[in-house]
Amino acid sequence: MVLPGRLGTMGRSWLDKEGAAPIMRPYKSSWTMHRFANPARFSRLSRALLPWCAAGTLVTLALGLYFGLFVAPADYQQGESVRIMYVHVPAAWMALFIYSGIALASAIALIWRHPLADLAAKASSPVGAAFTFLALMTGSLWGKPMWGTWWVWDARLTSVLVLFFLYLGHMALLNAFDDPLRGRRAAAILALVGFVNVPIIKFSVDWWNTLHQPASVFRLGGPTIDPSMLWPLLLMGLGFTLFYVSLLLLRIRSELLAARIRVLQIEAAGGSAADAMATPFGAAPHA
Amino acid sequence: MSFFEMGGYAGFVWPSYAITALVMVGLLMVSLRELRDRERTLAALEAARDSTRLGRRRRGESGPGSAA
Repeated sequence: MVLPGRLGTMGRSWLDKEGAAPIMRPYKSSWTMHRFANPARFSRLSRALLPWCAAGTLVTLALGLYFGLFVAPADYQQGESVRIMYVHVPAAWMALFIYSGIALASAIALIWRHPLADLAAKASSPVGAAFTFLALMTGSLWGKPMWGTWWVWDARLTSVLVLFFLYLGHMALLNAFDDPLRGRRAAAILALVGFVNVPIIKFSVDWWNTLHQPASVFRLGGPTIDPSMLWPLLLMGLGFTLFYVSLLLLRIRSELLAARIRVLQIEAAGGSAADAMATPFGAAPHA
Repeated sequence: MSFFEMGGYAGFVWPSYAITALVMVGLLMVSLRELRDRERTLAALEAARDSTRLGRRRRGESGPGSAA
């Protein structure tokens, strides 16, 4: 079966099961049973979902920005500076959500050796780091007028800074090894070890005396934030999430291509089929 | 206009939105460019491979071992 477009031969080599060289079998049992481990299938899923996710992103962000900037009222204490909340809080939510996703993907990758889980973690890391940076930056810009300081070493800010360093460490490990598989394994372990930071961040405002305000949305007893502000906030949160999903679809597809490129480059450089299959994305059956 | 002044907080509110937009759009553009580059590289590698003796054998034009 040949797919249209540039992925034509790539789809074919993954779907051909007859004539698979015996050397492929050790990898077959561990990943071919997973539906979307098939890169061609993932590419089809990605292309089908992407327009909807992209459209959803634009619509929810447009609505969130309109309601947040024009309709929602100013805060009785913070005045118009409260509008920073509509970018600061969703960015912080994404920072935590993406790290949790990376930790989950890392566990799946380590336990079941699912190659897409590995790639999802790799693709997500820079996005999570960017949102963590945005949370810190917009938080600073909000803190200066409200608290009188750009920074304070309270529990919430410090633990989010640690999260930022964990993301950077994750990205560094992914690229630190000649064999990409070792890099992904090491990064997966870091992601899991660092996951303890996520509940620390969440509960930091309860466990310690912090300058950062306590939870006003995700708390027992429900949100304490006025609905006129809550709805734009939730819309922006949804918009950022759909943005992340759209980006993830693109980036995983890109990682699949990179893995395939590496295989072909090794083959072209005269490597054997065994060399090329040092990664789960083995060579085409005909070596 | 009072909207742009943001009650005096314009110097904090607008940079927040601007940097958020910049980073998100930047991420998108970098990701798209990387994807296009890789698509192009893969196409070139596939084409080069198919034009070699190995590629011709894969297409079943000659020799044993081609199970296409």
